[in-house]
Amino acid sequence: MPNAELKTDTLFKYLLRLADDQLILGQRLGEWCGHAPTLEEDLALANISLDLLGQARSLFTYAGEVEGEGRDEDDLAFLRPEREYFNALLVEQPNGDFAATIVRQFFHAAFMVPFWRAMTASGDETLAAIAAKSLKEVEYHLRHSSEWMIRLGDGTEESHRRTEDALEELWGYAGELFEMDEVAREVLDLGAGVDAAALKAEWDATVNAVLERATLTRPADSWSQTGGRTGCHSEHLGHILSELQYMQRAYPGLSW
Amino acid sequence: MTAPSTTPMPSSDSTKTAKAWQAAASVCDPEIPVLTIEDLGVLRDVQVAEGGEALVTITPTYSGCPAMLVMEADILGAMREAGFDDVRVETVLSPAWTTDWLSKVGREKLRAYGIAPPVRGSSSRQALFGRDSVDCPQCGSSDTERVSEFGSTACKALYRCKACAEPFDYFKCL
Repeated sequence: MPNAELKTDTLFKYLLRLADDQLILGQRLGEWCGHAPTLEEDLALANISLDLLGQARSLFTYAGEVEGEGRDEDDLAFLRPEREYFNALLVEQPNGDFAATIVRQFFHAAFMVPFWRAMTASGDETLAAIAAKSLKEVEYHLRHSSEWMIRLGDGTEESHRRTEDALEELWGYAGELFEMDEVAREVLDLGAGVDAAALKAEWDATVNAVLERATLTRPADSWSQTGGRTGCHSEHLGHILSELQYMQRAYPGLSW
Repeated sequence: MTAPSTTPMPSSDSTKTAKAWQAAASVCDPEIPVLTIEDLGVLRDVQVAEGGEALVTITPTYSGCPAMLVMEADILGAMREAGFDDVRVETVLSPAWTTDWLSKVGREKLRAYGIAPPVRGSSSRQALFGRDSVDCPQCGSSDTERVSEFGSTACKALYRCKACAEPFDYFKCL
């Protein structure tokens, strides 16, 4: 049985990973605001971003309580250096063209649906509550990105080509979502976490079904990039943070 | 006093609590002003302690609903007007809000306002590629099409009626 301090520290880290995934992806989607291909899609991406930021807020607030050092959601979202962010590398990848944004979104949503569903059974009441809430939202996100995958893949020659390119580009970042390291294992052993590795089969089934309808080819497994969970990021996160944290750096302690 | 789907708690002064509930329940959703937070099922609980301190419990429709802060401020204002000065508003996530909590009155208000109310119970999960058949709130035709699953607010989708050619909002199932 791990001692209480270790448990707190591990759960805190686990919560930050989960919160950072939603925060960074939400921030990325927010970059589309005013730039999406159609007005409806502009609204859709902003709506999904808002859901993710809402989920991140709940997770950061809880992480701050678990840590017990008086940090609130804003402190955690805005005042950490890059190496202390633990999001998966997938979510910090650039928006690219619209196909890249949709593929990234699809990979993430196809993972989050079974993830949140499993988390509703968490022995940690707060995590279970956040999961029940978030699950309803990501089911809509998955439908949205699945439909776009099909429209783009089975669309024009160009949209098909661009979506295949995006699949190849991002495929190597999907594996990190299913990693179970010591932190994830310990939280799972405490009865609070989710066995991410066990979700791979459902993710594969969702991805295969959508790719088939989209007339897209599933990329071959080759390289897999990891590091986000321990704070080793691609060059992109620093740029995201420079924008995300701008107000707090320009006006330290600013609040609405 | 408590919303229908949770267990009512005994109160020391039921008239006072009823008055407090009434005040909180009069607050409208800033984004859909025809609905009160009671119609929406967002208002979960109102308790008044013996000393007069009131605790109002609300739940968000969506995690990122930007209207929560406005609702909280409006609740404090409505409570103050009703004579409650010491008020705390607490936001809870569990049980997760569902469109099943929309009251019957609320559904009719939505329709009259031009927003189609949700068509399914939240328990009937939608298939990955399934579509809801939504009637046009203007002309009643079922010959409608979905333009986008994400509309002007988190809780709405955008539809178009092929019979009367009007675009309309649909309050989507959650």
